Amino acid sequence: MAEKSNVQAVHDTLRDEFRRDDRVIILGEDVGVRGGVFRVTDGFIEEFGPDRVIDMPLAESAIVGVAIGAAIAGLVPIAEMQFADFSAPAFEQIVDEAARIRYRSNGQWNVPIVIRMPWGAGVHGALYHSQSLEAFYAHVPGLKVVVPSTPKDITGMLRSAIRDPDPVIFLEHKATYRAVKGDVPDGDFTIPLGPADVKRDGTDITVYAYGLMLHRCLEAAETLGREGISVDVVDVRSLRPLDSETILREARKTGKCLIVYEDNRLFGAGAEICAMIAEEAFDSLDAPVMRLAGPESPATPFNKIQEDAFLPNADNIATKMRELAAY
Amino acid sequence: MDKQTALHLYRVMRTIRRFEQRSTTLFGENKIWGTIHSYAGEEAIAAGVCEHLRDDDWITSTHRGHGHCIAKRAELGKMFAELLGRETGYCRGRGGSMHIADTSKGNLGANGIVGGGIPIATGAALTAKQLGTDQVAVSFFGDGAANQGTFHESLNIAAIWKLPVIYVCENNQYAESFPAKKAFAIEDISVRAAGYGMPGVRVDGRDVAAVYAAASEAIARARKGGGPTLLVCESYRHEGHYYGDPRKYQTKEEIEGWKTAFDPLLDARGWIVRDGLGTEAELDAIDRAVDDEMERAVAWAEAGPPASPLKFPEDIYASY
Repeated sequence: MAEKSNVQAVHDTLRDEFRRDDRVIILGEDVGVRGGVFRVTDGFIEEFGPDRVIDMPLAESAIVGVAIGAAIAGLVPIAEMQFADFSAPAFEQIVDEAARIRYRSNGQWNVPIVIRMPWGAGVHGALYHSQSLEAFYAHVPGLKVVVPSTPKDITGMLRSAIRDPDPVIFLEHKATYRAVKGDVPDGDFTIPLGPADVKRDGTDITVYAYGLMLHRCLEAAETLGREGISVDVVDVRSLRPLDSETILREARKTGKCLIVYEDNRLFGAGAEICAMIAEEAFDSLDAPVMRLAGPESPATPFNKIQEDAFLPNADNIATKMRELAAY
Repeated sequence: MDKQTALHLYRVMRTIRRFEQRSTTLFGENKIWGTIHSYAGEEAIAAGVCEHLRDDDWITSTHRGHGHCIAKRAELGKMFAELLGRETGYCRGRGGSMHIADTSKGNLGANGIVGGGIPIATGAALTAKQLGTDQVAVSFFGDGAANQGTFHESLNIAAIWKLPVIYVCENNQYAESFPAKKAFAIEDISVRAAGYGMPGVRVDGRDVAAVYAAASEAIARARKGGGPTLLVCESYRHEGHYYGDPRKYQTKEEIEGWKTAFDPLLDARGWIVRDGLGTEAELDAIDRAVDDEMERAVAWAEAGPPASPLKFPEDIYASY
C-alpha cells in the first residue's frame, strides 16, 4: 500500500505497463522530452526511448489516426490529448474510425488504444483547457468511456484500459491531479471498466457523481451527515458501459436521487442516469430525480469569480442535498 | 515488362471494369440499395500499385473502393454479397459498397469519410517500422482528400519518421462535383510533396505500365527504409460521383471526350499487342474468363442468405 496523488497514479501505472509490455507506446504533444505538461510521462523517454515515447506534431487527428493504424497492425498505443478540449480535431478519427472498426470488420479487427484526456474545470484554464467532453464520447457505441477519480481506481482502471482490446477514452480530471490523494494497494490488481462504486454508504438520499464533483459530493455528504442526513454517494466511474445494476440498486435503496456533474446540464451524462432511474426505478422513487450541473455556457470562464460560480461546489451541493432530503 | 505481368495487370483491370458494370446492372435491377461509386476509368491505378503488394501489406481505400479491393485480391463473391446486403458479404451486409474491409488481405477498408484512411495507413506503417518488418502501407485517396487536414498531418508525420507508406492520390478531376482546377491553385498536386520533404511523382493514371513503374520504385524505396512517397495519378472517372449522378457540373462533350481518350483498358490492349506481350485472342480469352468468373460470383452472392435480423450488441466490443 502506498499513498499517491491522482497524477502519480497515472504516471506509475503507465510506467508499469510500459515495463510489462513492450508493445505499449504513447503518442502525444510534449510527452517525450518535456515529460508531459502534467508530468505524466516524466522520465519515460529516458527509460523507454523515443520510439515508444513519441513527441508528436500538433496534429490531434493524426495522433489518434496513427494510433488506430498502429494498433490494428500490432502495437498497443496510448494517444494523449494534451487537454480534452484539443480532441475536437480528432473527433472524426475517434467516432467514425476507432469506434467502428470492430463492427465493420465483422469482429475480426479491433483497435486496442487508450485515448487519455485531462478534462474539467477548476484550474483557471478558461475556454479551451477546461471543458467536459464525456457526453460526446459516451454517446458512441464502440467506445468505452471511463472517469476514475481516485488513485486506486485510476491505477486499476488504467491497467484494464490498456489491456482492453477495444478503444477506451480515459478521462482524468485535471483539478484532482494533485489535490486528490489516496492509498493504492500493491500488486498488479485491475478494476473492470463498467462497475460503479459506492464510495459512501447512506440511507436517506443517493447522489451520483464522477470527477471533481465526486469529491465535492463526498465533502457535502460529510456536512449532511453532521446534520443527521445519511447520504449515499455513487461514483459513476464508467459512463460507457454504464452500470445500471448499481445505479438502480442504490436508487431503490433511498428513493431519492441527485446527479451532480460539471458539464452543462442539457444532454449531459447526468441526463442519461436520470432517464435510467426514471424508466427503471420509478416505483421506488419518493421524489423527482434531481440534477445539479454546470450552466448553459459554451465554455468555462477564466476569472476566478465566474469559474467558481460556474462549478457546483460543496456548499450548493449540500443545499441541493437538503432540498432533496426534505422533499 | 514481362508477358505474365502485362496480362495479369490487364486481367485485374478487366475484372474491376466488369465488376463495376455488373454492379451497375444489379443497381438498375433495384437489388443494391443506397449508392455505389464506380471506379471505371481509374483501374490502372489500383492494378499498377497493388501488383507490388503482398497479402501482409496494408492498404486504406475510399468510398470509390471496389478497384482497390479487387486489386488487393478480394473475393468477388463476397464483395457482391456485401453490395447485395447478404450475410455472406465481407461485413455481413452491414457496410455495403463503401465499407468493404478484408482482414485476410491487409485491406483496412474502404471508407465513407474522405481522407479518413490516411492517418490509419500511416499508423500501420509506423508499426511495420517499429516491429522491423518490411511491410508497406498504401493509402489510396482522391483529389478531394488532398485538401483534408488528415492529408497534411499524415504526410508530415510520415516524412519526419521516414515511414514505409505510399500516398496514392487518384486525381479523377472532381471532388464530388467540384473540379480540381477550382479546388487547387496548383496544376500538379505532386508538387506538395516537396513541402513535406518526400519525393512527389506524377504519372498518367491511364497508363498501367507507368503506374506500375512508379509504384515499383516508391514501394521498393519504402521497403528498404527510404521513407514515404506521394504518387499522384492523373485520372478520370467514366461515371458520375455516384451511379445516377446527373453530372450537371460536366458537359456531354467533356464526358464523351474523356471516355474515349481515357480508357486504361483500351490503352493496355494497344501496347500489349504492339509490344508482342499478348495477342488480341489472348486478351479476348481473358475477357471471357473474367466475364464467366463474374457471373459465378454474382450467382453465388445472390444465392446467399439475406442479412440476419438486427441484433445488438454484436461485434461492437470484445466484452461489455
